[in-house]
Amino acid sequence: MSESLLSIKNLSVEFKTELGKVNALNEVSFDVPRNSITAVVGESGSGKSVTSNAILRLLPDTAQISGEIILNPQGEDPLNITSLDERDPRMQNLRGGLVSMVFQEPMTALSPVHRIGDQVAEAVLCHRDVSPEVAMAEAATMLEQVGLTEVDKKIRMYPFEFSGGMRQRVVIAMALICHPQLLICDEPTTALDVTIQAEILVLIKSLQRKLNNSVLFITHDLGVVAQIADRVVVMYDGQVMESGSVRQVLKNPQHPYTRHLLASIPGAVTDSGSQLHAANWSDGAPIGAGTFLADAEEGRQVREFSQ
Amino acid sequence: MRKYVLRRLLGMIPTLAIISILVFTVIQLPEGDIVTSTLDRLSATGVDLSDERIQNLRAQYNLDQPLFVQYLAWIGNFITGDMGFSYLYAQPVNELVWERLGYTLLITVCALLFTWLLALPIGIYSAVRQYSIADYGFTTIGLIGLATPNFLIALILMYLGYTWFGLSFGGLFSPEFLNTPWSWARFVDMLAHLWIPVVVIGTSGMAITMRLMRANLLDELKKPYVITARAKGVPPLKLLLKYPVRIAINPFISTIGLLLPALLSGEAIVGVVLNLPTTGPLLVQSLITQDMYLAGSLIMLLSVLTVVGMLLSDLLLAWVDPRVRYERA
Ligand SMILES: Nc1ncnc2c1ncn2[C@@H]1O[C@H](COP(=O)(O)OP(=O)(O)OP(=O)(O)O)[C@@H](O)[C@H]1O
Ligand SMILES: [Mg+2]
Repeated sequence: MSESLLSIKNLSVEFKTELGKVNALNEVSFDVPRNSITAVVGESGSGKSVTSNAILRLLPDTAQISGEIILNPQGEDPLNITSLDERDPRMQNLRGGLVSMVFQEPMTALSPVHRIGDQVAEAVLCHRDVSPEVAMAEAATMLEQVGLTEVDKKIRMYPFEFSGGMRQRVVIAMALICHPQLLICDEPTTALDVTIQAEILVLIKSLQRKLNNSVLFITHDLGVVAQIADRVVVMYDGQVMESGSVRQVLKNPQHPYTRHLLASIPGAVTDSGSQLHAANWSDGAPIGAGTFLADAEEGRQVREFSQ
Repeated sequence: MRKYVLRRLLGMIPTLAIISILVFTVIQLPEGDIVTSTLDRLSATGVDLSDERIQNLRAQYNLDQPLFVQYLAWIGNFITGDMGFSYLYAQPVNELVWERLGYTLLITVCALLFTWLLALPIGIYSAVRQYSIADYGFTTIGLIGLATPNFLIALILMYLGYTWFGLSFGGLFSPEFLNTPWSWARFVDMLAHLWIPVVVIGTSGMAITMRLMRANLLDELKKPYVITARAKGVPPLKLLLKYPVRIAINPFISTIGLLLPALLSGEAIVGVVLNLPTTGPLLVQSLITQDMYLAGSLIMLLSVLTVVGMLLSDLLLAWVDPRVRYERA
């Protein structure tokens, strides 16, 4: 088992829109090794969500995908996700079984009219042939593992009775209950307030250690990357700028764009030269009005996390 | 929830009181009363009554009392279950209305079910296959249905049935079953007649139900919880029905109450055209002849039906939607 769990090769995605084709991803290639957390970082619109949605084939019909996404699950045959048919039974095994996902918006990620317990247990019922009672018991255990208390009562409650942080824990429980080998988190803490953010990050990291799975962690926040990830992939405008271990990339960024990212964090880890390089980079390629850590509030959060 | 129901039930009292005053006022608005309209008919056939007979008639029907006394007498009796006397049919209103009300309810409920059973699946299909040829096709047909008056559809169906199959529609029963007691054959005969008014009344709501379902579902399909469910591996058809469709249907439950008045007035016109033994033709007759007790009682009964229907649909909504349930707890 030397190969990576997930291997993305030359992935390009184009959207057909009324204004013509939009090129969202351009020859993206990177690997997600086993038993580790890989972060994808980049400013808004750089293609992070498109990449993660492509892995679960959640893109709309208007998306044209080319390239390969190879999943090498332990104990199962490798799977080329880009060539899977929507009706292929392996597709259902992939979604929620081998790979699952935590989304950015916990407030809307759960059905408002179904009970928490039912929604979590359903993930079990979709993938394993067990009775509803067994599935519900497993759901309760999993909800305890993600840090909910009084679970017996909570499984009968509805999402609107939960806070954002609690809902995100439910979504994480739902994603992990079938022991997926890869967990994708698409900015799972962006919608939460700062203290809850930190708790959820700690939770994701500790569960990853406990369950020995891999996590692909999408964020636009380098502070979070430093806190949680082993490896990092830097994206800009639908392309991978550089990738490597977090230590290596943050301490010694190879690509000018990465230096620009680091430099744009007020007071964050950086060497004195990066400001200059970033300026050079800006001349060469338009950074545009990157919203990356633009405002003071985000900068403050980054400092807290980077300490 | 129990408190909520109680509050709603109490709230119905002032609503119905106001309706009753309006009903009574509206019925009194036209010139004359049952006696003058009877006199008109009699003098048309050459009979003239003496002034004294006329006064006696008025006194007999309480028509010489002030209006509010007439109102109080009417509504007081109505509440105790005595709906007064129909001048036109020379029968107590009680004997006239209940069977007809039953048929009206039957036709209205069937029409509602017919609309939903057809329009909701079409709406779902149109949303899932948005902008397909079928989507446009259904929309066009639905709009034609919306734009065609009920009575016209009734007449067309009757004409086609007559010329193509030699069937004579109209009424709910064939002549041989008209005055026989209930039997299986009579029931089947009724079903054979029932579908026409059901189709005619049901068609009017078809387009709007279809379009609403389509729009609701398109909204829901975009919501993140649908993607969450997809990402956890719920099979497509199960996902569609269990999550977005389930939620998109909720608003329809709460519109039952709002649809009832439209269905009932649609039924009135169709009932006249198709000569049905329902409340519609009776109501029209009683209004023309100013048969006060009959008209007033009918409108009151239909109003009670509507108000109760609204309550039921609200309770149903609370039953299927936990968010509503908790709001009202
Ligand atoms: N359904 C779609 N149709 C057309 N273009 C799309 C669609 N989804 C994404 N895009 C485009 O793809 C590009 C990448 O979007 P993506 O959502 O991956 O950004 P992101 O890196 O996740 O940003 P954010 O941090 O804001 O979530 C954007 O330019 C966007 O406009
Ligand atoms: Mg995104």
